[in-house]
Amino acid sequence: MLLVKDLVVSYGAVKALHGISLEVRQGEVVTLIGCNGAGKSTTLRAISGLIRARAGTVEFEGKPIHRTAPHEIVRLGIAQSPEGRGIFANMTVEENLELGAYTRSDPEAIASDREWALSLFPRLRERFRQNAGTLSGGEQQMLAIARALLTKPRLLLLDEPSLGLAPQVVQTIFKIIRDINAAGTTILLVEQNAHMALKVAHRAYVLEVGVIKMQGPAAELAASDEVRKAYLGMH
Amino acid sequence: MLEKFLQTLMDGLAVGSLYALIALGYTMVYGILKFINFAHSDIFVLGAWLSYSMAIMAGLSMQSAVPVAPWIFAALGAVTVLAAVMQAWDRAGYDRVPAAWRGRLPTPGLGGTLTIVSLWGWSSVGLAFAARMIATGAAESSAWRTVAGGVILLAAMSTCGLIGFCVERTAYKPLRKAPRLNVLITAIGVSLLLQNLGQLDWMFGTRPQGMPRLLPDVTLAQFAGSETVPPVKLHLIDVVGAGTAVVLMVALDILVFRTKLGRAMRAVSYNDRNAALMGIPVDKVISFTFVLGAALAAAAGFLYAQKYPGLGQTASATWVLLGLKAFIAAVVGGIGNIRGAMLGGLLIGSAEMFARAYQSPSVADIYVFGILIVVLLFKPTGILGTNAQEKV
Ligand SMILES: Nc1ncnc2c1ncn2[C@@H]1O[C@H](COP(=O)(O)OP(=O)(O)OP(=O)(O)O)[C@@H](O)[C@H]1O
Ligand SMILES: [Mg+2]
Repeated sequence: MLLVKDLVVSYGAVKALHGISLEVRQGEVVTLIGCNGAGKSTTLRAISGLIRARAGTVEFEGKPIHRTAPHEIVRLGIAQSPEGRGIFANMTVEENLELGAYTRSDPEAIASDREWALSLFPRLRERFRQNAGTLSGGEQQMLAIARALLTKPRLLLLDEPSLGLAPQVVQTIFKIIRDINAAGTTILLVEQNAHMALKVAHRAYVLEVGVIKMQGPAAELAASDEVRKAYLGMH
Repeated sequence: MLEKFLQTLMDGLAVGSLYALIALGYTMVYGILKFINFAHSDIFVLGAWLSYSMAIMAGLSMQSAVPVAPWIFAALGAVTVLAAVMQAWDRAGYDRVPAAWRGRLPTPGLGGTLTIVSLWGWSSVGLAFAARMIATGAAESSAWRTVAGGVILLAAMSTCGLIGFCVERTAYKPLRKAPRLNVLITAIGVSLLLQNLGQLDWMFGTRPQGMPRLLPDVTLAQFAGSETVPPVKLHLIDVVGAGTAVVLMVALDILVFRTKLGRAMRAVSYNDRNAALMGIPVDKVISFTFVLGAALAAAAGFLYAQKYPGLGQTASATWVLLGLKAFIAAVVGGIGNIRGAMLGGLLIGSAEMFARAYQSPSVADIYVFGILIVVLLFKPTGILGTNAQEKV
């Protein structure tokens, strides 16, 4: 479904990705784990078209998208819940969700998807008319995911959905990620919480300073010594 | 002295609504791009002068109608031909040249933009001609004169909108990722360019001109008054001027706060990257914002020329001062805040008129700048401004 080949991205003179390749197949949850500054968010930004690749290609459902404008990529069916949640704090929860449906025009389908998103995150329903800037961190994360879902993506990119959340909320979020996937949305999940990410994912990639170091089925990686030492804090 | 007070209040609101219309453009562009578009007040001046030119062309002054300057047709014709060529290039040319050359050749996409520009230019000229036909078809009837005036208002808004569009595309868009200071200096450059272009002989020239009145000089109502106290007069022109300004501002408020497009504008203004992730075409929204601001400034130019028919040359200090006051209105109301710009405009306009009436015209500006200083001291973000959002 998504095919990234030899992707090189740099910020000015600094190379952040040194030619990485990865694949996400229809129906999967794939996770990309790595330390701070490994280039995980950069990868997602490049897929969404927010930064241009220096070299390499990104293909979505067989079509090259690495020259496509970000708003067009959303229309093609890729949504991203960005690092830091990126909610519009100057608007209400309702307006944030409406912005998620910006590219769509069928009010009934939008309304039913909104119902579904609100049933995944009942907390958002309680806060519906509240200013999104006043939500707690966890609620903002829920809003970011719900908003991305309203674009009706076939591929959902999630950038560190568990960042800064209490353990129970992390559990909830990961359960919902599984539900979203079960409902038919393919997911590329970027995480530092390798423990949880490897539990929900089918396959995983390990990124280290702009290079893919390891890849394979999530269960296999979770069992490997290297990953256990470096990312799961076991010795 | 109630009469004097009422009269001054009405004058203040009339002038204030013009400031508000201009201030909206400053504030909208600041809200979205976080820079002060110094060329904005020149669009207002062009709006006034274009209204004058079109009124002359339509034969609405004492002189007989003058023809449209031929260079306008030449320029629009050239853009149209270029648009057709670029359309063909977009469709067929680009993919056929060897990949190695492509970096030096224009990328596809320009054709669509040029087509929009040429169609838009022709429609503006078309509107001007419509005004002329209305004016000549119904000569000497004051009602038709007013209708022609309305069409000229639309034509000026459309033309200035186009100018705003072109300025953004050519001068500001290439600097989207450049430091703010570079954009600011570019804006000053654009401002000087527009001011001085306007002074050229084949544009508006350097001589002051008188805008023909398009509205009958009617006093709608007259209150009180005696031998010693002049009556309070409600002029048609003030009502139409303030009314047009209010209608435009209400329409803008509805657009920004009640529609999908307005929501997209607010999203881009909050964070353009995240707006793009919602599928919002950020570049189009920014262009639209410029067009909207420029059209409102043009409307202000038209209304200003109706109220104060003596138009000075485009680079004259009077215009600069007017633009500055509108900018102050935007800052006082809270730059980036649309309702703040409206409030700021009315406040600055009233302050100016009250100072003129109760003290002397020469001190009016002291009050305007005084308000600015006081507001900045006590609420640096402006009356309705919230803490400035740092762009990430
Ligand atoms: N806007 C930027 N300008 C310059 N360098 C950047 C920029 N964004 C990221 N980088 C650099 O690129 C590298 C990769 O950053 P990236 O944000 O992709 O890391 P990450 O894996 O998402 O890290 P984290 O887990 O901390 O979010 C880092 O070295 C970072 O300093
Ligand atoms: Mg990151």
